Amino acid sequence: MRERIVSALRSQQADYIEVRLEESESTQVRFRGHELEEAGRTRALGGSVRALVRGGWGFASFNDVERLPVYVEQAVHQARLAVREPLALPSVPVVEDVVRATAARDVRGVSLDDKVRLLGEYNELMWATAPLQTTAVRYSDLVRRTTFASSEGSYIEQESLDLAATFVAVARKGNEVEQGFVSTGSRGDMKVLEGLHGEVAAAARRAESLLSAARIKGGVYTVLVDPKLAGVFVHEAFGHLSEADHVYENPRLREIMVLGRRFAGPHLNIADGAAVPGRRGSYAYDSEGVPAQKTYLIREGVLVGRLHSRETAARMGEAPTGNARAISYRYPPIVRMTNTFIEPGQATFEDLLSGVKEGVYVKGSFGGETSMEMFTFSAGEAFMIRDGKLAEPLRGVNLTGNVFQTLANIEGIGNDQAWSEGGGCGKGEQSPLPVSMGSPHLLIHDVVIGGE
Amino acid sequence: MRTLAEQVLALARRSAEWAEVFMISEEETPVAFEANRLRSIETRQTRGLALRVVAGGRIGLASSSRLDDPQALVDDALATSRFGAQSVMAYPSERVEDGALDLYDEEVTALSPDAMVQMGQQMVDRVRARGEDLLVDVNVHKDSATVTVMNSSGGLSSYRKTTISASVHVNRTREDDILDIFESDASCHLRALDVDGMLSTLLGKLELAGDIAPARTGSLPVIFTPKGVAMALLGPLTAALSGKAVLEGASPLGGRLGEVMFDPGFSLLDDGLVPGMPASAPSDHEGVPTQRTSLIEGGRLNAYYYDLQTAGRAGTQSTGNGLRSLASLPTPAPRALRIPAGQVAYPAMLADVAEGLVVDQIMGAWAGNLLAGDFSGNVHLGFRVEKGRLVGRVKNTMLAGNVFRALQHLAGIGDRAHWLDGQTEVPHLYFANLAVAAR
Repeated sequence: MRERIVSALRSQQADYIEVRLEESESTQVRFRGHELEEAGRTRALGGSVRALVRGGWGFASFNDVERLPVYVEQAVHQARLAVREPLALPSVPVVEDVVRATAARDVRGVSLDDKVRLLGEYNELMWATAPLQTTAVRYSDLVRRTTFASSEGSYIEQESLDLAATFVAVARKGNEVEQGFVSTGSRGDMKVLEGLHGEVAAAARRAESLLSAARIKGGVYTVLVDPKLAGVFVHEAFGHLSEADHVYENPRLREIMVLGRRFAGPHLNIADGAAVPGRRGSYAYDSEGVPAQKTYLIREGVLVGRLHSRETAARMGEAPTGNARAISYRYPPIVRMTNTFIEPGQATFEDLLSGVKEGVYVKGSFGGETSMEMFTFSAGEAFMIRDGKLAEPLRGVNLTGNVFQTLANIEGIGNDQAWSEGGGCGKGEQSPLPVSMGSPHLLIHDVVIGGE
Repeated sequence: MRTLAEQVLALARRSAEWAEVFMISEEETPVAFEANRLRSIETRQTRGLALRVVAGGRIGLASSSRLDDPQALVDDALATSRFGAQSVMAYPSERVEDGALDLYDEEVTALSPDAMVQMGQQMVDRVRARGEDLLVDVNVHKDSATVTVMNSSGGLSSYRKTTISASVHVNRTREDDILDIFESDASCHLRALDVDGMLSTLLGKLELAGDIAPARTGSLPVIFTPKGVAMALLGPLTAALSGKAVLEGASPLGGRLGEVMFDPGFSLLDDGLVPGMPASAPSDHEGVPTQRTSLIEGGRLNAYYYDLQTAGRAGTQSTGNGLRSLASLPTPAPRALRIPAGQVAYPAMLADVAEGLVVDQIMGAWAGNLLAGDFSGNVHLGFRVEKGRLVGRVKNTMLAGNVFRALQHLAGIGDRAHWLDGQTEVPHLYFANLAVAAR
């Protein structure tokens, strides 16, 4: 195979060409209500070629890998149609490597019977815990072998494993419907699905208790954010803005996001990196064959770095960070997050809570979105805070804010840290990409919450 | 590919009571402009085959992009059927004719990457003429697909479809303000793509977005543009009208057929039979002929939408809404939701508002409690109205409400419905009071 790939790469003239071939198998299991609704298996074989000619990119993806030389020609031809000024990609090490994936309890060694039995147990646990209207369990795993070869001489065979599972409990009273959920994930290690009984049961109880929770009055609040929601916050509010492809072609945003600028108090440190070991966004090489790193984005409140592909690094005169990721062979690599986190600070939970006269404690998240300047996220669970104490439960809490103001409004940072591994990030057409997010508790003032 | 499908079916039938093959073969060409300049030209060829079997009464599923090993596919499907749900499907046995949907256009397949680059460049130039500080991203995308559904009970549907789409995103970044406006259009036919209409809508909004106006917290009249309706309101309706959510008792609209639950002027249909629209098709992905289904008629709840398995469990018939990706079983999903136009012209709605908002883009509304009908999102592009006039763009503003309660009383339904991306058709909707939170 290697000879065929290398000869295809050599058959065309371009500034840079890369080939990715990919073979994968995945399993999906889905429960709805008491029933196993779907069990399915998917196999895929495909590849893509990306070519660069004087700054213009061509890309072709395909399933018929036998015709690789034709697609190399096609990608180069398209790149020639898109030429602009020359682009010198920053040099990265030429790598020849074989990366095997391992996991303590590897999904490949677990039978479909055992997966179904375990997921079914958790499903029934939700039913046994609270009066529910319905439940949903969604599980998927993926085993992927990618071969990366570039015209610079890199040749990397990389195996990767992924696993994601979500447990949803739905409770209903008349017209009111509420949900509680837990999601988790790993790099193909079934161990993350062991011992979830407490969390899964809590999700079922939460669905029921939310039905009688009060609705919040819309307005501006001080919020205490739990590590799970704070993880979504750092991902949405700052992570996306740190992706250099949002910045490099926007001269005004480049001025705003200039390295060395202060965005928050000296207590704030934010980093991202696939080299952070053992997390869902961890890998050895990105989709451009660049070794994974850990990159500080904010250090002591000051912007010190951002996430790059080789192209964005070249255009901004900075170093590549190993953050170019493609969700599959069907798409070209683009700048993405990996494991994004806020480092723990000094404050205990009590310190943070006790200082709030009136505010909201928000926990967990159904999801979030960003427009660079503005972000939103929805809380999975929320409580009023009155005179430094947790008070009545709330529901339907959605928060929004301006990234720059909100970072500056972070008042306190907890001494704890927890990670969310169940997330899937979407950008353009490429979703859901495995990522993880980590954070301590955060105390933020002046956050807008929607409500009637 | 048809022969391959027959082979796989024959192989599967040796061990399964029923089998169905779903196949897609697709070629896409995306051309992308970024920050005013051509960035990339791509082609993506995809093919794949999904096999659904019923063995021992249970449903199994396997899919693959590898066409070289039909036996592996059959083995995978049989292996998963040991766990699958008990089939209660009414197996389709008819050959669905392509009909007069007019979904294929040779002009789209013949369109060269060069011509797509020219289309994109013209769009960039026309927007850029409005300001040196504007950054314009444009995507021109063409797609040609063949979809085939074939089952062992004689059901067969196979159709070709082309789609041409264009989208524009304009960005203007200032020190403390980032403005984003999106517009897009799509059609099966090159000549039906309304680039001029899309650009004039975009430029009109750009004009209005110059000044920033203060927003205030309170209960205010809100007019949603068609795009705003699609972004904020259709999600909860889609979730709650799904036959699956109703069957599970998780939909607040469940068990209420025949009741008047909404404003008497409000109707909603699912319509996969509009000629030339990318959302249309002669059948769904299970080979059930596509229908036009009245979901809400004059405020009265009329129907839910179903796929085969959900319909079987609910004791009703599929509405031709079994849609799927290759890797998953069909599930009820709307084809094209349409809200018929009402009586009120948009300028008349505006004239009626003493103080309120026009909402065009909303962010994060999908992340709330959709099933319950809640929507809550950041007003990503919205305008403040004072005494019937748009006075500027609002920022840091959150809009919240419950779709089902809000739709009980509409202050006005626009007199023109607009197609969005060939996927949905909606008019402006005017609400007398919605909760606005701002800082």
